[in-house]
Amino acid sequence: MSSADWKNYEPVLIPNVKDIHKIDVYIKNGGYSALKSVLTDKKKWADSKSVVDEVKAANIRGRGGAGFNAGLKWSFMPPADGGPRYLACNGDESEPGTFKDRKIFEYNPHVFIEGALIAAYAMQITTIYVYIRGEYLAYIKMMEKAIQDAYDKGMIGKNIFGSDYSVDFHVTYGAGAYICGEETSMLESLEGKRGYPRVKPPFPAQKGLWGRPTTINNIETLAHVPSVINRGAGWFSSIGAENHPGPILYGISGHVNRPGVYELPSGIPILDLIHDVAGGMKNGKKLKAVIPGGSSTPVLRADQLEGITMDSESLRTAGTMLGTAGMVVMDEDTDMVDMLWRITHFYHHESCGQCTPCREGTGWLEKIMLKIKNGNGEVKDLDLLLDITTQMEGRTICALADAAAWPVRHTITRFRDEFEARCKKSAHAVV
Amino acid sequence: MEYEFTKEDLKEIEKIKAKYPEVMPATLPVLWVAQNRFGHVEPEVQRLVAKTLGLPEAHVHGVATFYTQYYKEKKGKYVLDVCTCLSCQLCGGYDILEHLEKTLGIKKGETTQDGKFTLNEVECLGACGYAPMLQITNDKYINNLTVEKTDKLIDMLKKDEEPEYEEIEMPLRKVK
Repeated sequence: MSSADWKNYEPVLIPNVKDIHKIDVYIKNGGYSALKSVLTDKKKWADSKSVVDEVKAANIRGRGGAGFNAGLKWSFMPPADGGPRYLACNGDESEPGTFKDRKIFEYNPHVFIEGALIAAYAMQITTIYVYIRGEYLAYIKMMEKAIQDAYDKGMIGKNIFGSDYSVDFHVTYGAGAYICGEETSMLESLEGKRGYPRVKPPFPAQKGLWGRPTTINNIETLAHVPSVINRGAGWFSSIGAENHPGPILYGISGHVNRPGVYELPSGIPILDLIHDVAGGMKNGKKLKAVIPGGSSTPVLRADQLEGITMDSESLRTAGTMLGTAGMVVMDEDTDMVDMLWRITHFYHHESCGQCTPCREGTGWLEKIMLKIKNGNGEVKDLDLLLDITTQMEGRTICALADAAAWPVRHTITRFRDEFEARCKKSAHAVV
Repeated sequence: MEYEFTKEDLKEIEKIKAKYPEVMPATLPVLWVAQNRFGHVEPEVQRLVAKTLGLPEAHVHGVATFYTQYYKEKKGKYVLDVCTCLSCQLCGGYDILEHLEKTLGIKKGETTQDGKFTLNEVECLGACGYAPMLQITNDKYINNLTVEKTDKLIDMLKKDEEPEYEEIEMPLRKVK
């Protein structure tokens, strides 16, 4: 279905079925049939590699923000050698503006569990961990129950559906650290350590948890897998934007009338999402700016949005990224200086401190932004900020420094007048 | 003060250890068990965790201090974590924080004299569509805050009445 048809879209990830979060209801509605199929239908699925190929063909681009083809990622796992192999499901969801995976935990946990089990079988994985951010206590409890129910029904454990495939599935959680959403930091945290990202290579597929082959996937990414298996890669890739296909959980927050999480095809025009889906701007205000996919994705001015759709190609043309599809909408009264200062504060607070350009850089970004916010900035500070961003980006172990640098660079560039106005006022006052 | 795990705690800890091929991964979950038992993980409690797991104290201390949800000192009975990050900032998170500072007579980071409330400003809690919001003692989220809703919450907590879990549906989802 095309993105223009979004009004007729029938959700599949979180369907309109009452109590689908309960395992009996999930099974009654066809749940776990995809898992059964890959494990027992040898005519359709000759081996585990055929499952990887199908998912690769569907082109499920990672929904955690990086947008990498999930099936392709799975194919990087080395051949099984009889030792342990791991799947680490990333439910850390901490990027400001992002609040979608919690809806899967709450409303359809088994679609994620089934997807993870299929992924695990496809990669011949022996143990699955789902890592959930510690603040999501309510959802941690829901997942613990859902996984226990799946164990009790024989969907997890030994010889699933009478096959020779066995796997374990554990819930594990953090304790407050944005960085643990970075995949190698999550592995460190899972291993019981401070969440310092690891140097790559070696990539997790080679050396992940406890030095063993490991794949990390986002919750929503895995939740798409059962329908790809049931309906085929062609069905999935025909939904929404060709370059970034499938349904997406859009999270919309900020100054709109109806903020929330919406399951719709990829590639919806940003303006439709704001004005139709999310009920338009609050209090009849004018739209000023949009952050399309979490705080690290560069902000767009309202005049840059015409014709731009929510998929990686279109957003790249506009000079930003899809990220997590957690969209933050800002009205005409929004103070871009204050907004950017708050983002710099966030990244400074969340830098793990391992790499100097990030530890020091995020601190300087915040310090200078605070100076500007408080009316003590000079125009040359803006160029200093831009200079710092170039000294952070690409110079650290993980992408947190990039994530901190991009909003500074693009907010200043795209709202330069507003930033200069704040600076000039203070320069005058000082004289 | 001597801290000790109860028999149930130790049983729980054994269950946690069984999830992993090594002991070290139990560090975070066992710090949680400790915090749930004692209300905090002060250095003495960190030592207990290290001793129980047979891990170096320095390791446990390093982990406890890396993660914001572990209380490295005693807190009030109700810890109010007010989010002011991005969407919450845009939707009035700072107004809620300031209102709470005034109502409770403390600044962020402080605890009321009667030990009932600790007030914190925190980073994104993943409830951006329901801003502004706060979390109570690492547990329930209270969403779509207004001054009135905040006042009501404080009144409830003063009487030790705990608020319900707030379910927020997906707006377009029409359950059949």
